Amino acid sequence: MTNESKYRFVGTRPLRHDGVDKVTGRAQFGADFALPDMLWGRTLRSPHAHARILRMDTHRARALPGVAAVVTAADLPEVEPGPGPVNLRDLSCNVLARNKVLYHGHALAAVAATTEALAAEALELIEVEYEPLPPVLSLDDALAPGAAILHEGRAPKRYKVSGPTNVAARCEFSRGDLTRGFAEADLLLKRSFRTQTVHQGYIEPHAVLAQTGADGRSTLWCCTQGAFMVRHYCSALLGLDSAKLRVVPSEIGGGFGGKTTVYQEPVALLLSRVSGRPVKMVMSREEVFRATGPGCATRVEVKLGARRDGTLTAARASLWYEAGAFPGSPVEPGAMCIFAPYRIENLFIEGFDVCCNKPKTTAYRAPGAPQAAFAMESLLDELAQVLKLDPLELRSRNAAQKGDQLAYGPRFKEIGLTETLSKAREHPHYKAPLEAGCGRGVAVGFWFNAGMNSSATLHLGGDGGVSLVTGNPDIGGSRASLAMLCAEELGIEVERVRPVVADTDTAPYTDLTGGSRVTFATGMAVVEASRKLVAELCARAARIWDCEPAQVTFHEGRCLPTAASGLDHSPLSVAELAARMAQTGGPINAQAQLTARGPGPGFATHICDVRVDPETGRVEVLRYTAIQDAGRAIHPSYVEGQMQGGAAQGIGWALNEEYLYDENGALENAGFLDYRIPVASDLPMIDTVLVEVPNPTHPYGVRGVGETPIVAPLAAVANAVRAATGVRMTELPISPPRLLAALGLKQNGGAR
Amino acid sequence: MAKHLVQTRLNGEPVEFLCDPHATLLDALRNTLQRTGAKEGCASGDCGACSVLLDGRLVCACLVLAAEVEGCEVTSVEGVAQAAQLHPIQQKLLEHAALQCGVCTPGIVVAAKALLDRNPDPSEREVRYWLAGNLCRCTGYDKIIRAILDAAAELRG
Repeated sequence: MTNESKYRFVGTRPLRHDGVDKVTGRAQFGADFALPDMLWGRTLRSPHAHARILRMDTHRARALPGVAAVVTAADLPEVEPGPGPVNLRDLSCNVLARNKVLYHGHALAAVAATTEALAAEALELIEVEYEPLPPVLSLDDALAPGAAILHEGRAPKRYKVSGPTNVAARCEFSRGDLTRGFAEADLLLKRSFRTQTVHQGYIEPHAVLAQTGADGRSTLWCCTQGAFMVRHYCSALLGLDSAKLRVVPSEIGGGFGGKTTVYQEPVALLLSRVSGRPVKMVMSREEVFRATGPGCATRVEVKLGARRDGTLTAARASLWYEAGAFPGSPVEPGAMCIFAPYRIENLFIEGFDVCCNKPKTTAYRAPGAPQAAFAMESLLDELAQVLKLDPLELRSRNAAQKGDQLAYGPRFKEIGLTETLSKAREHPHYKAPLEAGCGRGVAVGFWFNAGMNSSATLHLGGDGGVSLVTGNPDIGGSRASLAMLCAEELGIEVERVRPVVADTDTAPYTDLTGGSRVTFATGMAVVEASRKLVAELCARAARIWDCEPAQVTFHEGRCLPTAASGLDHSPLSVAELAARMAQTGGPINAQAQLTARGPGPGFATHICDVRVDPETGRVEVLRYTAIQDAGRAIHPSYVEGQMQGGAAQGIGWALNEEYLYDENGALENAGFLDYRIPVASDLPMIDTVLVEVPNPTHPYGVRGVGETPIVAPLAAVANAVRAATGVRMTELPISPPRLLAALGLKQNGGAR
Repeated sequence: MAKHLVQTRLNGEPVEFLCDPHATLLDALRNTLQRTGAKEGCASGDCGACSVLLDGRLVCACLVLAAEVEGCEVTSVEGVAQAAQLHPIQQKLLEHAALQCGVCTPGIVVAAKALLDRNPDPSEREVRYWLAGNLCRCTGYDKIIRAILDAAAELRG
């Protein structure tokens, strides 16, 4: 696993370039920008979960002294859904409601005023008349006969049904012969699992500052996972030429998928265009919970057939995922992931995207996969228990290998699932004795990882330093990993590379920071650009030596004549060549752009020990180990950090986190006190083991690492709770009241 | 409503500012005094991103009225490093890669300083409970705890 001999920087742990700014408070996050003459914007939000908007009157708000602009959906053009994966009409209606409000907290109007207090006062003066409609607050509500329909007259995709439905789409994957597969089984297991709505829980609320000049050109400063994404959506929603909009990404205080769309960004832009002044909008924590994200609630039904030796003969899954107010839950990736870690010849998977009166769900770290894995990995645990097999051994016997075909078509190249399972079995944690009242669980996690489009530009400075420009907001250390790849290629110190996260006018196009793609895909662009820069350096050396570029080679940061050339010149370093740029042909820059193919699938195996307090139902995580195939860990500390952070987030999801709604659809726990994410005293140290099975499509073998770690913990925790108590929890979170109820049921002989 | 004149010391320097009676210390720091190191994550004292020291005591700046700091000594994250010299807590957070997005980091730095100022040799458990009011969603806390224990060891010499 060591690569020190092969690489100079890759695999080392340098200090991150943006580190000092972040430990001293100097780094500028979304809410840290201000401009002279700035107005404050605030949003009017629906007090109903489901209602028709009969009338809206903003006259009194506009008349309040100090109010400079009031906007509603009437100020936005009606847009077509568009050809892309995101329905722009829905996005527009989510940003400012048109005709109907679809969740408690749905934005209806916004005000810009000289102070925040005045803007809030103006909101009170906006009169809205609603016709309340019955709220649809769960999958069961949404799918019940006669349910209120969120989007009347809209036909579901790939789903035939007579009459209106809240199902927005259906997906299906199958292979082999399910009937035969189940007939070949010695044992059949079937169970249904549920998870609740959860939030990404980034600590930084959404924030934006918009400025528009008299020439109609605008600039937006905002915290986002993708500045180009913000530019595209804002331009499309406002009917603007994207050349008139510059988006400057601030430092981003967490996203986890939750900052891959727009909320108040187009509204702030609109307010600044109407008022002609800069407008700043910062969400409150309550607004973040009520109206952004969340990760979706699900029901997943799994049926497995297995032989006595544990071989899986067939598998069937049905997944229902809440989309929230508008279509677009991650049910399809959930369906694609659910059986991906295992070699199963006969399978059938169907998924349903279901609308309900909750905020539109947004991506949340490995979107759709944790909920699916919770179901599959829990049922596998049960299978191991029934067959009296070691749960890791059961998984090893069925583990997918290179060449195995996925339910959705492609075949795996090199993957590291088996290696993570072996490391888990060898780990001291797995062999450590357990005290009474404690239990140990394991689970496997899988995520595809994304490729998509990336670019990188390198500018060589006169002293041999390099500025590395990309457009990917650095959400967890990607400046460092990209700079390390560049330093490795150029043979210069990591500190001599200055990684810059630039705005949309300056950076070459890149897709957003998400899908664990930046070190993989933007990293590929950085490597390619670095190699172009090296080629140019060789050409410059050739010019100095009056030879052919082919007679020059590059090794460890220096150009030197090839052995075959027979030339005898002292090597020229990057710095020496940089100093002579002006005499050898002028500035040296390089750029690369690509669509990154072949992201490496990520696999992880997690081990979790818990202690259950039978009096209170509280579950304490005693020990946790995350083992993951990173392909190649460019900066191992930040890879470990992703594994630890994902595990912690997954533990919170398993034990505590859920949206609690009242019967009218108002969120009852819209704050960090009541929506309790794990705090330092809730967790133990999280041990990590890095496995490195290089991804053959990346020049350094990188796979994505950010999302895989949240997939396994839900089931790892639930399986540990089962081991500790004998009770299988099929619904998350395993909160004290839910666990106490289940333990009580067991005592009364009601549970298995 | 008339504004209050507040005279206080911020990071060792005298400052005075005007504030609304209902304005929080966090408002004053961020919007009046342009010290944006303290972050607003919740405005309800649940996340700790706005942690500052008030006469050496750890507080959430979002829960303190600006007018209350009259005559006090306020230390914000901007005052933890001495000139260009990072505090050992800051240095160790960097060395341990104990930040990812970094938005909770200013609060963690200030809270950890408050801990080590009164307890130079805390146990892991003591660090975890002291930091229980500082939410971090990225790291799982592991590297933060290690960094603070390491900084404590270095400060003890």
